Amino acid sequence: MKHLKATTFLIAAALAAPLAAQEAGGRLDIVVQPEPPSLMLGLVQNGPTQLVAGDIYEGLLQYNTDLDPQPLLAESWEISEDGLTYTFHLRDGVTWHDGEPFTADDVVFSADVFLRETHARLRSSLAYVESITAPDPLTVVFQLKEPFGPFISVFETGTMPMVPKHIYEGTDFATNEMNATPIGTGPFKFEAWEKGSFIHLVKNEDYYVDGLPYLDEVYYRVIPDAASRAVAFETGEVDVLPGGSVENWDVPRLTEMEGVCSTGSGWEFFAPHAWMWLNNREGPTSDVRFRQAVMYAMDRNFQRDVVWNGFGTVATGPVSSKTNFYSDDVTIYDYNPDKAKELLEEMGYDGEAVRLLPLPYGETWQRWAEAIRQNLTEVGINVEIDSTDVAGWNEKTSQWDYDMAFTYLYQYGDPALGVSRNYTSDQISKGSPWNNVEGYENPELDEKWFSAATMISPEDRQTAYNEIQKEIVDDVPVAWLLELEFPTIYRCDIKDLVTTGIGVNDGPRNAWIEK
Amino acid sequence: MWKRFRSNIGAVIGVVLLVLVIAIAIFAPLIFANSPWQMVQRPFLAPFAMDGLPLGTDTLGRDVAAQLAYGARVSLLVGLVSTLVALLIGVPLGALAGFYGGYVDEGAMRFTEFFQTIPNFALAIVLVAIFEPTLASITLAIAIVSWPPVARLVRAEVMSVRKREFVDAATLAGLSKPRILVRQVLPNTVSPIIVMASLMVATAILLESSLSFLGLGDPNAMSWGYMIGAARTVIRSSWWLSFFPGVAIIITVLALNLIGEGLNDALNPHLSRKGKA
Repeated sequence: MKHLKATTFLIAAALAAPLAAQEAGGRLDIVVQPEPPSLMLGLVQNGPTQLVAGDIYEGLLQYNTDLDPQPLLAESWEISEDGLTYTFHLRDGVTWHDGEPFTADDVVFSADVFLRETHARLRSSLAYVESITAPDPLTVVFQLKEPFGPFISVFETGTMPMVPKHIYEGTDFATNEMNATPIGTGPFKFEAWEKGSFIHLVKNEDYYVDGLPYLDEVYYRVIPDAASRAVAFETGEVDVLPGGSVENWDVPRLTEMEGVCSTGSGWEFFAPHAWMWLNNREGPTSDVRFRQAVMYAMDRNFQRDVVWNGFGTVATGPVSSKTNFYSDDVTIYDYNPDKAKELLEEMGYDGEAVRLLPLPYGETWQRWAEAIRQNLTEVGINVEIDSTDVAGWNEKTSQWDYDMAFTYLYQYGDPALGVSRNYTSDQISKGSPWNNVEGYENPELDEKWFSAATMISPEDRQTAYNEIQKEIVDDVPVAWLLELEFPTIYRCDIKDLVTTGIGVNDGPRNAWIEK
Repeated sequence: MWKRFRSNIGAVIGVVLLVLVIAIAIFAPLIFANSPWQMVQRPFLAPFAMDGLPLGTDTLGRDVAAQLAYGARVSLLVGLVSTLVALLIGVPLGALAGFYGGYVDEGAMRFTEFFQTIPNFALAIVLVAIFEPTLASITLAIAIVSWPPVARLVRAEVMSVRKREFVDAATLAGLSKPRILVRQVLPNTVSPIIVMASLMVATAILLESSLSFLGLGDPNAMSWGYMIGAARTVIRSSWWLSFFPGVAIIITVLALNLIGEGLNDALNPHLSRKGKA
């Protein structure tokens, strides 16, 4: 169990002069897959964009692998006793890549004007914010309408990236010409983008931390085919394979190579959580006994060991063990086909066919669906796999045209940011594949989710979330599968690549190459 | 005719191989009690690494031999049914065009050309993607892309046959036109159609495999193309996963081609004499 430390932080910039062991210089080649649509992080926040733009843009805070907030553009901050006032003290002497100074006005513009308009996920957190003000050029105050427990977790680079006011104020953000040559405060500057081939970033010589970054340049390489990416790593053409860039069964082959290291860390902030939507509205999946039977019928250890090659953790419920306020005091659904058969018998399941919609993200997901179909078939459930592409998957899940459908979503460090959206009834709305797609309605729990989000004390929140998890796991609104782990594979002479909860996204900032 | 066919060694080998494949397909549930989707052992077992699993296991630990046997059913079924459907479209259309000529011919042939101008495989992919991949949609898509050559062949045959004297005789005898077409003309075009059909089955099997390879197979039916498609990402570490289904496809298609050739020689005395006499 983890406790979020929301007490006042006053951490002196932990930025002692670089240790002698850390060597400056060198170039990193990192795979980016697929090619990002844009590098303007304020406008686009999909995975590939975050990976590349995380070196260009920065948020006020960064988060370590325990998800504790750390200074970045803000060197210290205070939260008032009533949980309503967040005061940030900005680092002095920070400049944008074009030489303009970075000030509190930029923060106010980014959060209150730019991102409110462009960033849907942040917007729902900003709904709690009464005002954002800049009493002096190095101080920003967020005043909340009511306490919002996870608020300290929204200052991450991909969630609240700082964008330059002097470039965007008064323009149409989406069509601003500068979107093609992004200007941030980060350790690397945008240099060139050869579409379909590579994105070239170079060291920001004026970076506000002396000595950082160590690397001279970073190339993000676009290689469309998974097998070719593996080969590019083997031949030394690329140095880093971020999580998910090669098929799982290639991972052992690559990590067994000499001088190759891997880590599952660096995804704690996202905590990708995989499950199957079970349609709570109609068909056999609307019966809680059927849903429980599905949980007991699945051999999730096998799925992890074989389909995911040993990567990942069997999920116990809606909250990932890497996310704050996780609790394992819940009903555990071990592999138990007999129990599953009993439950099906009890509900009088008549063999009605249920459709299973795999996630069209490649071989691993297809195999996963086949393994689960086999598990379910063995307890007598009649499963048919539907076949679809990404657009069809989006359409079918967001229009509720499915019985069981695979998905995985990020949790962003806090249940109120990345978990409750899938289970509260105010999130039932056709057209989105990211909300309460399963149609689970439990007014009593709705109330608890809501009050847990607005509590101030982390201890109170933990108690509330323990209760929620215990109750919801018995209802099985969705069939939780695995906490996914996407190993990052890299050459061992690259040091300090993954040091934060968002891993390679801001990894090059601290990374250095041992010669 | 049978005698001529028998004397063609290649054709006989073809028949033997095909009978073997058909037998495996029919008796698959008897030979392999488990479903081909069942995970029976550790994944990635090499062939002969364990008793009872002569061809090893795949990425999920499923029996490759069982997958091959059940895959034969899908391949043969799709091959046969789609060819039958293609014949059902192509033969009547070609026959009408060839027999009646004029506007009927013009219309039918333009319609046929319309289909011929689109590359076969591309059209099949589009059709399957639109209908969603199921055995029925795949079979139909293959039939839709393979009937135009049938129509053209039948048309040409009918055109040459309808000018023969026995057709004139039938006309003089007062038989109606449709009756002449069905009873007199069509029976005389059967042999090239049979030859073509046997080759079409082979092509259909290849098409189905290619579709499955691209992930457009019926996800609930084990097929050879699916096996190869699923194995291509692990081809460097587990060669047997793509090798055996590949061999199965080659053998079946080869057998059908040999049979087709044998039939061609047997049914077409002019040709066969040249080669064999």
